[in-house]
Amino acid sequence: MINYIWIGMTLIGLAFAAATGRMKDVNEAIFQSANDAVTLCIGLISILVFWLGMMRIAQEAGLLNKLSSICKPVITRLFPEVPEDHPAMGYILSNMIANLFGLGNAATPMGIKAMEQLKELNGGKTEASRSMVTFLALNTSGLTLIPTTVIAIRMSYDSAAPTEIVGPTLLATICSTAGAILIDRYFYHRRTRGEKR
Amino acid sequence: MMQLISVISLWIIPLIIGLILIYSTWKKVPAYESFVEGGKEGIKIAVSIIPFLVGMLVAITVFRTSGALEFFMQLLRPLLDIMGVPAEIVPLALIRPISGTAALGLMSDIIAVHGPDSLLGRMASVLQGSTDTTFYVLTVYFGAVGIRKMGDALKVGLLADLIGIGAAIIIVTWMFS
Repeated sequence: MINYIWIGMTLIGLAFAAATGRMKDVNEAIFQSANDAVTLCIGLISILVFWLGMMRIAQEAGLLNKLSSICKPVITRLFPEVPEDHPAMGYILSNMIANLFGLGNAATPMGIKAMEQLKELNGGKTEASRSMVTFLALNTSGLTLIPTTVIAIRMSYDSAAPTEIVGPTLLATICSTAGAILIDRYFYHRRTRGEKR
Repeated sequence: MMQLISVISLWIIPLIIGLILIYSTWKKVPAYESFVEGGKEGIKIAVSIIPFLVGMLVAITVFRTSGALEFFMQLLRPLLDIMGVPAEIVPLALIRPISGTAALGLMSDIIAVHGPDSLLGRMASVLQGSTDTTFYVLTVYFGAVGIRKMGDALKVGLLADLIGIGAAIIIVTWMFS
């Protein structure tokens, strides 16, 4: 899908440029924006190095594991079908903590392992179980404590206060996560009612 | 409430750093060595997204510079004005669940054009940070373990995105304008 969006934006843009006579501007923009993209990525290095460095310390000191055991009572409630000491629960917790601290690369393998375990719990069916849908809902709502990439990009465009969006982002992400949980519950109850009838 | 959010913005990063350093000292972890090890990964990630961002930013800039973006925005504007949603934010809201890097490109573009401290710049920042790429997460997680019937996962994910987007727009408008 993203392939078509990408091609579509470029071709529609070129057609518009031809129609409006802005081809000269577009020509310049192509090379300028390619250059901007590279500069932007180089700018990301600073904050990514710092944040991932801090997170490695947290990981090796066992802080992330500590946090997942603190969060456990809350998370187990969201997954009533997963036994508390099942390996799936451990992976779900690690995945969520990694997401919370913006460690996308660490979160994905944990998430996949959690899914494997959940599939096994569901008898290896190719159909998504209730727990899987809940887990996906939590993951897609993007619960993040510090939006590091966003801060880095604001910095590279000389924001007067690059971190002022942390609080509002946290509030918005809490809304979407709470929404995800409620919607997930709603659909689950609708499904089970449908089955009983 | 508003002040509390500003205080959180200011304090959360230093607090997390302080907590990590105190905890690692207590656990006798070689903090500096770990920091350097982890930091190396940051360079790899930043470099690996260069081709994605170059591709996306060029396409977005061509689309905007040619006047195509403005044209579609004019079509949407009357409807969006009624709801109090700035038209400039709509492309980002539409693309956020589909592609993370495309959204990153659009967000940078909005920040470059309108400024990071403008209402639109802040709105784009919060929107980018507050939801995740639903289609990507679904494809990767379900694909990796061979789930064919997704159940309600897509619906739940997209509805949650909608809430996140709405919350981002409302919160930023309320706090900063």
